[in-house]
Amino acid sequence: MLSIEGVDAGYGATTILNGVTLDVQAGEVVTIVGANGAGKTTTLRTIAGLIKPTSGRVTFEGQDITSLPAHEIVDLGITLIPEGRQLFPDMTVRENLMMGAYRRGARAQQHETMDHVMELFPRIRERLDQHASSLSGGEQQMVAIARGMMARPKLLMFDEPSLGLAPIVVAQVFEAIGKIVAAGATVLIVEQNVFTTLKAADRGYVLENGSIVLTDTAEALLSDDHVRQAYLGI
Amino acid sequence: METFLQVVANGLMLGGLFAIISIGLTLIFGIIKVVNFAHGEFLMAGMFLTYLITTKLGLHPYASVVVVAPALFVLGALTQRLLIQPLLSARDDHVQIFATVGLSTAMINLALLLYGADIANTPTSGLRTPVDIGPVRVLEGQIYIFLCAALLVVGLELFLHRTQTGRAIRAVAQNRAAAQLMGINANWIYVLSFGIGAACVGLASSLIAPLYPTSSTIGTYFVLTAFVVVVLGGLGSIPGAFVGAMLIGLIDALAGFYIGSDLREAVVFGVFLIILILRPSGLFGTRVKLSHIS
Repeated sequence: MLSIEGVDAGYGATTILNGVTLDVQAGEVVTIVGANGAGKTTTLRTIAGLIKPTSGRVTFEGQDITSLPAHEIVDLGITLIPEGRQLFPDMTVRENLMMGAYRRGARAQQHETMDHVMELFPRIRERLDQHASSLSGGEQQMVAIARGMMARPKLLMFDEPSLGLAPIVVAQVFEAIGKIVAAGATVLIVEQNVFTTLKAADRGYVLENGSIVLTDTAEALLSDDHVRQAYLGI
Repeated sequence: METFLQVVANGLMLGGLFAIISIGLTLIFGIIKVVNFAHGEFLMAGMFLTYLITTKLGLHPYASVVVVAPALFVLGALTQRLLIQPLLSARDDHVQIFATVGLSTAMINLALLLYGADIANTPTSGLRTPVDIGPVRVLEGQIYIFLCAALLVVGLELFLHRTQTGRAIRAVAQNRAAAQLMGINANWIYVLSFGIGAACVGLASSLIAPLYPTSSTIGTYFVLTAFVVVVLGGLGSIPGAFVGAMLIGLIDALAGFYIGSDLREAVVFGVFLIILILRPSGLFGTRVKLSHIS
C-alpha cells in the first residue's frame, strides 16, 4: 500500500534520514522503533508531505506521492496524527473534528463518521462545545486521534500518541488504538512504549541514526537481542 | 451637556473611520502573521480608484465599491502569492516586513508618477451633508462609515466561525502544519485571506474618498492610527480592532476639545502606551505567537 524507497530527508541543510526504505501493506500494523532523534518523526512527516525528501521515492497505492503537497496527500487517504496533538486551540472540539473531515471524500460522511468516533471516545461527546485548549492532555490526545479518523483515512499514522500522558491515560489511549486496529485499519505507528506497541503490531522497523538497521515481524523483534537491550531494557 | 454629546458623537464617527481602515490590517496579521506595511498604500490605491471611477464614469462613489473591492482583493492576493509566499521559507521573518515596506514605497512613487503630487477630490455626492440625530449633528457619510465598519466586523466574524472556509482560515491561523494535515491548502488560504483583508481596505477606500482628499501620501496619514488601533485591540482580533478604534476615536475627540487640539496625538499615544504597559497583548489579545519565537 505504502512504500518508501531510499529516502533522504531533513530540515534545511541538516540531513536526518539516510536511504530509508520501508513498506506497509493494507491491513497491517507496522511500527518504527528507534531512539530520540533517530528520525522516526521525520519519516512520518516525510510520508505526510510536510517534509520533501532530497532523494528517494514515496509511493502510495502505486502512485508516486514524493512531491505532492501535504494537503493533497491527505486527499489520497493518508492521515498523520502528529506528535504533541497539535489541536486548534481556540476552536471547539466539534470544530476540530469538523476540520478533520475537511477533505472532499470525508466531508459528505462527516456526521456518520462523527457518530462512529464518539462511540470510540465517549468522553469527547461531553466536551464537544469546549475549546480544545481547555481539555486535559489525555482528552486532547483522544480528540487528536478522533480528528485524524474523521478524514476516513486508508492509512493512519500515529506519532508518539502516549507522549507526556499519565500512565492511566496512556492505557486508555492504547485501548482506543487497539479498537481502531481491531476494526481493520492500516496503521504505521511510532511510539516510545516499544514493548506495548510491538505486542500490538504485525511488523516493525528499527531506525538508528536515520537508517533502517533491522526489520522483522513484531514477534521476532520482541525476542531479538539488540532490540531487547537497546529498546526494551531487558 | 450638548457639547459633550457632540464631542462623543464626533469621537464615535472618528472611531468608525479608524475601524474601517484597521479591520483588513488586523485580519491579515491575525492569519498570516505578516504586518502589511503597505496597508496605507492599499487604501491610497483604493481611494484613487474610487476617484477615477467616480469622476470618469460619473458614478456615485459608493457604487465604485463593486470595482474597488474586487480590485483590492486581487492586489492583496497577488501580494501574498508573488511577494510574501516566496519569502515564507526565508530564515528571517523580518524579510517579509521589509518586503511590504518596499511595496509601500514603490506604490507611493508609482502614484506620484501616474498622478503627480496633486490632491484628487472625489465628488462628495451629498455625503458631507450634516444630519441631526437628537442633540448631535454628524455628516451623512460618517454614519455610513460607522455602520459599514460594524457590519463588516459582524460579517467577518460570522464568516470565520460559521462557514467551512472560514473555519479553515482559523485552523491555518492557529496551527498551519496541523491544518495541512487536515487536507487544507495553507498557501491558498493565505492568498485568500490577504485578498479578503485587502478587499476590506477597498470597501474603506470607497467610503472614505468622498470625505477626505486623496493624495499619494494619504496612506501614511491614516496608517499610523490603524497600527495603534490594531495593537490596542489585540493583534489579529477583529472585534478588538473595532473596540480599539472607538476608544482611540473617543480619546482623540475628547482630548482635542477639552485639552487642546495640538495635544490630541500626545494624549492618544500617551493612553496607548499606558494601556500597553498594563495589557501588553492589547485589549482583546490572547497569545501573540510569532513564528520566529515559537
